[in-house]
Amino acid sequence: MQQFPCPFCGLRDEREFHFAGEAGKMRPDTSGEVTQTDWSRYLNSYKNREGKASEVWVHLPCQEYFIMHRDTLSMKVLGTEQLRRQEEI
Amino acid sequence: MSSSRLPGYGLIDHSKTLAFQFDGKQFQGHPGDTLASALLANGVRIIARSFKYHRPRGVWGAWFDDPNAIFDVSLNGIKIPNCAGATTCLRDGMRVQSVNTFPTAQFDVKAILDWFSPFLPAGFYYKTFMWPNWHLFEPTIRKMAGLGKLSEEITENYQSDQIHQNCDLLVVGGGAAGLVAASAAAQSGQSVLLVEDHNIAGGGLYRRGREIENQPPGHWVEQQIDAIKSAGGQLLLATTAFGVYDHNLVALAEDRGFGRAPRLWKIRAKRIVMTTGAIDRPLTFVNNDRPGVMSVEGALEFLGRYGVLAGRQIALLSNNNRAEPSANLLREAGANVRVLDATQGSPAAIGGKILRGIEFAAQTIACDTILASGGLTPVVHLWRQAGGKLDWDEKISAFIPGKPPNNMVAAGSVNGTFDLEEAMAEARAAALDLPVPRTDSSFQVKTLSPDRHSTGRQWIDFQHDVTLKDIELAARENYASVEHLKRYTTLGMASDQGKTSNMAGLDALASIQNRSIPEVGTTTFRPPFIPVPLELYRGAHRQQLLHPLKRLILEPEHRAAGAALGEYGGWLRPAWYGTGSSHEAIKQEVLAARNNAAIIDASPLGKIEILGPDAEKFVNFVFYNTISTLKPGHIRYGFMLSERGIIFDDGVVTRIDENRFIISCSSSHVDSVNRALEGWRQDGNDPDSVFVHDTTQNWSTITISGPQARKILTVLDLGVDLSPEAFPHMSFRQGNFASDPARISRVSFTGDLSYEISVPLSNTSLLWSAVISSGKPLGAALVGVEALAILRAEKGYIFVGKDTDGETMPHDLGLSIPRMRKKTPFVGDRALHTLTANSENRRQLVGLLIGKDDEILTTGAHLIENSGTRPRSIGYVTSSYHSPTLGHPIALALLEKGTTLTGKTVPVWNQGETRQAKVVSPCLFDAEGGRLNA
Amino acid sequence: MSNTYSAFSLFKQAFRGHQGWQPVWRNPEPKPEYDIIIIGGGGHGLATAYYLAKNHGIKNIAVLEKGWLGGGNTGRNTTVIRSNYFYPESCALYDLSVRLYENLSRELNYNVMFSQRGMMVLIHSEAEMEMAVRGINAMKLGGTDAQLLDADGVKKRAPILNFRQDARFPIHGALIQERGGTGRHDAVAWGYARAADRLGVDIIQNCEVTGVIVEGGRVTGVETSLGKIRASRFGAAIAGHSSVLAEMAGYDLPIQSYALQAFVSEPLKPVIDVVAFTAAYGAYFSQSDKGGLVMGGGLDRVPSYGQRGNMPMQEAVLSGLIEFAPALAKVKILRQWAGIVDVTPDSSPVIGPSGIDGLYLNCGWGTGGFKAIPAGGYLFAHLLATGDHHEISRPFDPDRFKTARLIDEGAASGIAH
Repeated sequence: MQQFPCPFCGLRDEREFHFAGEAGKMRPDTSGEVTQTDWSRYLNSYKNREGKASEVWVHLPCQEYFIMHRDTLSMKVLGTEQLRRQEEI
Repeated sequence: MSSSRLPGYGLIDHSKTLAFQFDGKQFQGHPGDTLASALLANGVRIIARSFKYHRPRGVWGAWFDDPNAIFDVSLNGIKIPNCAGATTCLRDGMRVQSVNTFPTAQFDVKAILDWFSPFLPAGFYYKTFMWPNWHLFEPTIRKMAGLGKLSEEITENYQSDQIHQNCDLLVVGGGAAGLVAASAAAQSGQSVLLVEDHNIAGGGLYRRGREIENQPPGHWVEQQIDAIKSAGGQLLLATTAFGVYDHNLVALAEDRGFGRAPRLWKIRAKRIVMTTGAIDRPLTFVNNDRPGVMSVEGALEFLGRYGVLAGRQIALLSNNNRAEPSANLLREAGANVRVLDATQGSPAAIGGKILRGIEFAAQTIACDTILASGGLTPVVHLWRQAGGKLDWDEKISAFIPGKPPNNMVAAGSVNGTFDLEEAMAEARAAALDLPVPRTDSSFQVKTLSPDRHSTGRQWIDFQHDVTLKDIELAARENYASVEHLKRYTTLGMASDQGKTSNMAGLDALASIQNRSIPEVGTTTFRPPFIPVPLELYRGAHRQQLLHPLKRLILEPEHRAAGAALGEYGGWLRPAWYGTGSSHEAIKQEVLAARNNAAIIDASPLGKIEILGPDAEKFVNFVFYNTISTLKPGHIRYGFMLSERGIIFDDGVVTRIDENRFIISCSSSHVDSVNRALEGWRQDGNDPDSVFVHDTTQNWSTITISGPQARKILTVLDLGVDLSPEAFPHMSFRQGNFASDPARISRVSFTGDLSYEISVPLSNTSLLWSAVISSGKPLGAALVGVEALAILRAEKGYIFVGKDTDGETMPHDLGLSIPRMRKKTPFVGDRALHTLTANSENRRQLVGLLIGKDDEILTTGAHLIENSGTRPRSIGYVTSSYHSPTLGHPIALALLEKGTTLTGKTVPVWNQGETRQAKVVSPCLFDAEGGRLNA
Repeated sequence: MSNTYSAFSLFKQAFRGHQGWQPVWRNPEPKPEYDIIIIGGGGHGLATAYYLAKNHGIKNIAVLEKGWLGGGNTGRNTTVIRSNYFYPESCALYDLSVRLYENLSRELNYNVMFSQRGMMVLIHSEAEMEMAVRGINAMKLGGTDAQLLDADGVKKRAPILNFRQDARFPIHGALIQERGGTGRHDAVAWGYARAADRLGVDIIQNCEVTGVIVEGGRVTGVETSLGKIRASRFGAAIAGHSSVLAEMAGYDLPIQSYALQAFVSEPLKPVIDVVAFTAAYGAYFSQSDKGGLVMGGGLDRVPSYGQRGNMPMQEAVLSGLIEFAPALAKVKILRQWAGIVDVTPDSSPVIGPSGIDGLYLNCGWGTGGFKAIPAGGYLFAHLLATGDHHEISRPFDPDRFKTARLIDEGAASGIAH
């Protein structure tokens, strides 16, 4: 049972969290042409790093999505940050 | 009788006796005994048989390191298989049965297997039983294998519970070092938890029998406990730390006595001090598996803790300098002990069921007991589980804790520090997070490798019958990695998970391969440290609390109305009403709904509000359908897709006003839809301009559907003009009920005129009874989910996940306009234009018709094409009912190129039987929509 | 010296103290160059090498294993073998595997203990019944066997299960594949290794690939802990670490790694003679020939490369299992472990070119790689030898993620992978 830090609620049991995907993925702008390759990469490619990884998680009770930096081998939590773009804060 | 009880010795209560049975014979023991100590006290030497050859086995160790004493035990009707005899406390009336023996451990007919042992070396089964096939031999082998018998009776009240706790310091092991560590830490102001697996603290102190800090062990231990408790520390006895998990979580199993499930403690400690001690290591010599051969420390433990003297004539075989002090303790207790230096000769035990003596350095020494020690093995299991490294300590010839894992420190015997004073000094430092002083141990051990030239078998794993020859065979065949060795020979896979056998095995492999033990390496240390029952992990997840159902606020009303309740999408909902045949009840509900009106509790329907200046843009993005053109007060049916273009949910969107929408998703999808919406809101949109608010639990919804629906609503007087012109299909009005707001949506899942009325939760019962009293005179019926499923199927309406699958896209259901025309981005848009999405061979939703009086088609039957060599599936029946409205069977199906096959007949295949069905439109009721728009 | 395994050779060796058994495989030094190098000495890699040598006559092959052979997921799974899949493509793939398993012990002259005791998928509701019927028909049409059992039929096969009507998920019936069952996982790796070694394949243990040499857009060699080794073709079969090699070589993979946990109990006298799987309770178990109950369930919810267990999933799986078979509450767990599995978006494997010339992939088997070892090896060997797909592996080419022609077993059948 790991403990993850929700940026708003603090350290909580891992069961309260849901893994939402790798961080840094941008949805292609579908108002224009998106190639099959780009779309497939968006849907299907993962870095899936052994070691330091950055991921998007959601804390289910408060519904806040955030970025968590983790070591996927040691399971150490390296830090969190807000998902919203910094300039908007 | 060679082993016996000594009055006045040990911690047991000699004044009281407990009666128990072993293999049908009656014996007596005392409170404080374990099964193993009680049997030894009664002189019972043969308590088990080995797994493979059924060799007689005696008690080897006095605690978790005993691999042999495994029993089926019953007491007061509770039967527990495979109880470890050395750790199970004796209770009055216990019936103890040896396992895998017939009829008893003493006389076991399968002992004959030992005669065939030359044909049954390690891994023999990999080399034979191949012809004609393994399954021919397997049943016999399976009956031969296995230990205890599992009773199929369910023990009521065998229930574990869980306690979660945090502390500054967890001390694992309540021997001298652990007690000192806990008391030092507690006195320094740390919150401390000390766990000790025996039910009396003190660890090895009773074994060595001498004073500590000028006091008898018992007094000293009590003082330490007092000090710990008075400083606010906590002590858990009879509790074993069995697993260390990520983020410093330590799992403890608290033994609550025979027949009761242990309790699970989950401890989150800032720091952990390991004072787990060390155990005796077996010596590998000829016939070292004979009953009467025991570990030295085990014998001392039986003496000091249980008042049992292992034998009268003892040969003490050892490679270390603890031999003489140990011998003296046994001598003081009345035994005749001869100490033999194991490095000075090749020993061999003499005797079969009864030990006669030992051959050593060309002489035969008569004895009834052989105590053997090959050194001490620190208990580093939890350390390794936590990711700590091990160092090889050449001086004591053992692995000791090396580079520590986070927040963990070791002290005392586990470090190879076997001297009491030094161990306590280490513990004090560890407790206070100071550098742990390391001193040279007075313990001296001579390296000793097994004599590979002796004739006769030398046992490495006592329970699993792994001998030195087996290890040689594995090495010869190049199963040379330590993991291959373990898996090929089953070394270390017995009940004790190698606590006794692993070091002897490594030693043997190293000597065969001419390598050092650290070069050979260890196998992985895995939890649990001791065997724990499945029940330990169960916690509150039992029976109906395992995936708890969601309950309707109207459940009492439904029950009173005679509802049969069933589970639908995680909710307990009325399936139908009435006590007669379900088929007839459902039929009558459908007919009443079509002829008069249906009253349906639709409260689980999702009600997720989207608010804010960006709400329109947001809803337009998350929906397949164009929502931006939806006017306030209106409703639109639509799909939410996954980014792969697959239909994820269907539902209606209501626009309340410019910046406020309600998404009414499927009742079983509320959580996942809400999560997806929040995801899109926060990742890709401006989270300050749009808000997602799930109000499903705030509003109850009652649906009134059917030709009489408008009249029923009129009686309710909701303050809304209900005329078809003022309140048309797919529109929304806000009214009042009982002076509180009521939301009225004119949407339909039945194909008839329908209204969904939502009121705040507190008004639910009031609305329900009002609807019933106004509906009943008009012939309205309460309608459950089963009838609703038929009503919607008659109309060709789908259930997502039932009538769609993991490939279904909106255009497969005939809704292709947004795919072709919608200009703004939406979730899943690009995926609707891949090669696969554009394929002509997609499965599309169709209706199927068969003869009026035929049995309905089986849901799950496939539609097939008979063109090739064997039939090919081109789709399947997703819903199938007898339609009371139409008077004939109806079905929905997903069918390859379905819409092009309308009017054609296709074979329907179910488990070998073929029928014919005609492909029709999915909508078979009121295709023109006259009733819907009435 | 004895080379062939049989009751007779065992008998003969008994009189010689088993001194005459030969090593099951050699410990060769790596040569500087091979025709084909297989990265990964697990079941799939070893089977690939065996079929390359046997079916395609290619003998100059090395298998590079970073630790001990069979030490990854091959030695960590719960040994279930089955082909009860929904899509015809999957049926063809996994049924090829079951058919190869059916003759594997005799073919390899090594008893892999394939025990066709039956694989039962429990049905707990009418909705599950409908899906099960859909599945059974798909399997029968797809060319594999499946049958429906009613609750009484299930009770005859597995009386230990919870047949009470007030169970959280009452038993309505089961889908059973009689040809499914279990095998001895280590023996599969060892049997293939021994057979491949005899055909001249160099199996090199403790040889970790640390870099991929790409020259002119083509993989020409690998850096290893034992030096540089060249080859004209490379096959990667490294379940659980596929993405690590992908990052080294610079191609993308549709894979995420999760820990999958398993448990084994103390040995018991026979309790159940079928593999029993329940999606509703999220657990399954069978009994090994030694008597231990082998238990498992779903993936951990946290992506992970840590080959160790975590309590939340242990509690979920074991509490489900107890409700499924309440008598198991008192059974004790001896050992609990985890493997790292490759999870693809459609729960189907990836067999095909990597995107970099000369390097081919066999990965993405999720939780079901063990059952597919013979087929995975057979088809991957075909691909490596010919440069082209066998018709059974073609649908599993990674190009399906571009065309979106996914084989989404998870979504289609409701059977966990």
